[in-house]
Amino acid sequence: MTGDVIKTDAVIIGAGPVGLFAVFELGLLDIKTHLIDILDKPGGQCAELYPEKPIYDIPAFPIITGQGLTDGLMEQIKPFDPVFHLQQRVDELKSDGDGGFHLTTDIGTQFETKVVIIAAGGGSFTPKRPPLGGIEDFEGTSVFYSVRRIDDFTDKTILIAGGGDSALDWALNLHPVAKRIILVHRREEFRAAPDSVNKMRALADAGELDFVIGQVMELHGKNGQLESAGIRAKDGEITRLECDTLLPFFGLTMKLGPVADWGLNLEENHIPVDTEKFETSISGIFAIGDINTYPGKLKLILSGFHEAALMARGAHQIVHPDSKLVFQYTTSSSSLQKKLGVK
Amino acid sequence: MPKITYIEHDGTKHEVDAEAGMTVMEAAVKNSVPGIEAECGGACACATCHVYVEEAWRKATGQPEEMEEDMLDFAFDVRDSSRLSCQIKVSDELDGLVVNVPEKQF
Ligand SMILES: Cc1cc2nc3c(=O)[nH]c(=O)nc-3n(C[C@H](O)[C@H](O)[C@H](O)COP(=O)(O)OP(=O)(O)OC[C@H]3O[C@@H](n4cnc5c(N)ncnc54)[C@H](O)[C@@H]3O)c2cc1C
Ligand code: FES
Repeated sequence: MTGDVIKTDAVIIGAGPVGLFAVFELGLLDIKTHLIDILDKPGGQCAELYPEKPIYDIPAFPIITGQGLTDGLMEQIKPFDPVFHLQQRVDELKSDGDGGFHLTTDIGTQFETKVVIIAAGGGSFTPKRPPLGGIEDFEGTSVFYSVRRIDDFTDKTILIAGGGDSALDWALNLHPVAKRIILVHRREEFRAAPDSVNKMRALADAGELDFVIGQVMELHGKNGQLESAGIRAKDGEITRLECDTLLPFFGLTMKLGPVADWGLNLEENHIPVDTEKFETSISGIFAIGDINTYPGKLKLILSGFHEAALMARGAHQIVHPDSKLVFQYTTSSSSLQKKLGVK
Repeated sequence: MPKITYIEHDGTKHEVDAEAGMTVMEAAVKNSVPGIEAECGGACACATCHVYVEEAWRKATGQPEEMEEDMLDFAFDVRDSSRLSCQIKVSDELDGLVVNVPEKQF
């Protein structure tokens, strides 16, 4: 997928609440944005970790859920037409030698941009890795944390571990091509769409798929090729099940990831910034939200919003150096209202 | 003040003074007990505060609620005695509580 290079004013790395609000603040100052996130949806931690949980400290919202906040932000930034590049991780960020920056994602999408806004939160969401002895020997050959191409799993005997939507969706989607699907989950109940659970149970009843209650405790095989897995049942007994592939789905966790390789100063996995423009040690690269640090930093959504507003003014000086910034209110400025599409 | 003992996987014991009202996770973090990561800060959203409650205390600490049971799906080596420590509130009745910290959080 190494096609054309996308040229833009600003690239925002991370589509969490702070990255999303940055679209708004930059948009008001006529700066066009592209957002990149490894997740398959916008909203960062709010959407991935606690979509249904209430947040009580968003100004003017006595109570709002993580998903509610995300939906509201998506609505608010619509007039600015941000372009989303989801399920992609930014791997490379380099100066283009001409004051701008060049970015490349894990699937080869390339960007050329005048400014970069790192809103990477606690880092890139990555699948949790079961702490099973020797699992690293099988990763990439027999153990996979995501499915890029269904065809790669043709005629495999696949052990799928987990009880959430990912586990069930892949059990159902891979069933037609796999030799056998064995779904292992620690209990009878699932935390997943009831429809998928019913479909899975129907396949299990028809003998087309195995559903085993237990937990994967051991992996056996050699030279990276998995041959069987030890499954512990409720009574403690371990049974070996033959399989050549394991797909563990135990949720996601945040890992700093590639951000560490971009030549920026780091303080304990955070990016130090100034508090006037929230710029990093490299001019033209800004950092806002949970990823940054400065004296008095609070990891709150509301602080991230404030940072986005000041960052946008710093970015404006670089993107539109010849245009003078006049301070305006959205309530009374007809030019801002025009941008918001309300006039 | 209720006392709580955390036993690490290798047998190391940590006895801490907790306050009624805080959670078993908070008491551990405040006293730097190793092995309780609590990435989500107690929102029952990460399962990295997993502990095993000693048999004698299982009745007093009670059963996990549905949300906690769901989250335990994301923990490793879950047993009948498994709990997420951010969901156990410390009270005077829990004075002397003993929990085991798993070898690894996920
Ligand atoms: C359970 C819980 C409850 C919370 N409650 C509150 C609350 O009540 N009030 C409050 O203010 N805050 C709360 N927070 C904290 C709040 O969610 C965070 O402060 C907020 O999400 C930070 O937003 P962000 O946009 O900076 O980063 P995040 O939400 O972390 O989003 C960052 C995004 O960047 C992506 N990313 C990182 N690196 C890359 C890369 N290289 N390539 C592609 N994508 C990348 C990540 O995948 C992620 O989606 C809570 C957090 C949790 C976990
Ligand atoms: S601290 Fe995250 S679930 Fe308990």
